[in-house]
Amino acid sequence: MIAWLTDPFAFEFMQRALMASLIVGVLCSVIGTFVVLRAMAFLGDALAHAILPGVAVAYLLGANLLLGALVAAVLVAVGIGLFSRRGGVKEDTAIGILFAAALALGVLLMSTVRSYATDLTHILFGNVLGVSAGDLWLTGVLAVIVLTVLILFFKEFQLASFDPVLAHMLGKRPETLRFAMLILLALTIVVGLQTVGVVLVAAMLVTPAATAYLLTRRLAAMMVVSAVIGAFSSVAGLYASYYLDVASGAAVVLIATAAFLLAYVFAPRRGLVARRALRRAV
Amino acid sequence: MSSLAPAAAHLSLENVTVGYDGRPALRDVTMSVPHGAQVAIVGPNGAGKSTLFKALVGLLPVRAGRVLLHGRPPGGQADPIAYVPQREEIDWGFPVTVHDVVMMGRYGRLGWFKRPGAADREVVARCLDELGIAELERRAIGELSGGQQQRVFLARALAQEPHVLLLDEPFTGVDVNAREALLTLLARLRDQGITILVSTHDMETAAERFELVALLNGRLIAYGPPPEVFTPEHLTEAFGGQALFVGGMVVIDQCCPGHVGDGEAHRHSHEPHGHDHAGPR
Repeated sequence: MIAWLTDPFAFEFMQRALMASLIVGVLCSVIGTFVVLRAMAFLGDALAHAILPGVAVAYLLGANLLLGALVAAVLVAVGIGLFSRRGGVKEDTAIGILFAAALALGVLLMSTVRSYATDLTHILFGNVLGVSAGDLWLTGVLAVIVLTVLILFFKEFQLASFDPVLAHMLGKRPETLRFAMLILLALTIVVGLQTVGVVLVAAMLVTPAATAYLLTRRLAAMMVVSAVIGAFSSVAGLYASYYLDVASGAAVVLIATAAFLLAYVFAPRRGLVARRALRRAV
Repeated sequence: MSSLAPAAAHLSLENVTVGYDGRPALRDVTMSVPHGAQVAIVGPNGAGKSTLFKALVGLLPVRAGRVLLHGRPPGGQADPIAYVPQREEIDWGFPVTVHDVVMMGRYGRLGWFKRPGAADREVVARCLDELGIAELERRAIGELSGGQQQRVFLARALAQEPHVLLLDEPFTGVDVNAREALLTLLARLRDQGITILVSTHDMETAAERFELVALLNGRLIAYGPPPEVFTPEHLTEAFGGQALFVGGMVVIDQCCPGHVGDGEAHRHSHEPHGHDHAGPR
């Protein structure tokens, strides 16, 4: 049994994959609590796809791909804010337009570079087994930055998410905090790009946090439970990938989804069974 | 509780105009609220009751005129105006406990990195006691009854140690017991000298339980003691065809306004209407 658990990590690339998966699993799940609570799931999805043209442009210019991804994500975040401000169009409409436009632009730019096809697959679906030592460092540093900001300003983010009106009255600048949250979200997505890819990073932002939401009654607890679920899914997904020879990113997301389904049915207070029982008791 | 009592506030509005894009929702309001007074703000749907509150707390810009608190413009870090929002503006599914919510009232006095200290916890404990919800401290807000939920937000407002307290439609969506409990609390707060403004659809409560009433409809129609405000002339001016005079009685049709306003008809209710919970004491 122990050998079964340790075997995969005899290889250095698997050790790096484990580290990267854990970091991404924890980071996405923690920031995902705000994505779920502020109903920003669609926004997370849009930002993830908005990264594509940034990566393509960076590639064409020979610049750092992660930097390109980050710039694109921030630009789209600002664009959504501009289009939806003061009742121009509704926010989800603005997100939908920019999301589709960014995706199309990304595909268009990439189609001009023939040799890019394999890299495109990696960006779409991630390639956790191909994480280099340098990538791992960058991932680790970005994760530490994001988590530190979240912990330092926990009080403010909690207040601004729960009650932006009070946050405004108390001089806590909810608009600034919202923008800061978008930047943190963009950083997280860039981090997740390498391991689970554009398509699945959005799922890692939502699924573990939604599971934790069903199981907890305080924000801090929700973050911890979400992080544990994210970490577990990431590691379990990696094992599944090794032993069953399936795509790791997809395995991670499906394991997180299984955890969500379990919680949805059996969660003590918010689960299906508990709510049924309560209704019957009433 | 007396140590929580701050200086009573004199609040005055001078020719205040407030509006969302373009059209003003409230025009040229001039009124002066004496120290420690309790004022009911009444008027039809869309009259500008919520707009007035939002302007007072700085959520909407005052486009003309000025608001003065203690003779100075309000604002600043420890803002002495506390606001209890309408219940549908709150996300009752958010994972926070009663204690968490009341502690948020202290955040204005805490710096960006500071964690709440012993003094803050003491104030929170006192406010929970004042509202009789100390034993609910560890519960999630979504698990409480409507009346209990309202007390949580009142406790939070008191934890801000306000000079002025604004209550937006506090009698909407709560039962008779909760309404009476709230009125009792308001009487206690009067002794502490907190100036209170309450917006409401409940004209009867406004007329019988408040010393001052402000009648709004896009502007201030009348302001003063209830008998001076609730005259047929003023009511017709505010409510138009919705006001009906039968003998010595006034009937106001506030039901079914036909548009989505701030009426009672469209309350969200994801809260469990709990009979399984302890009622107000």
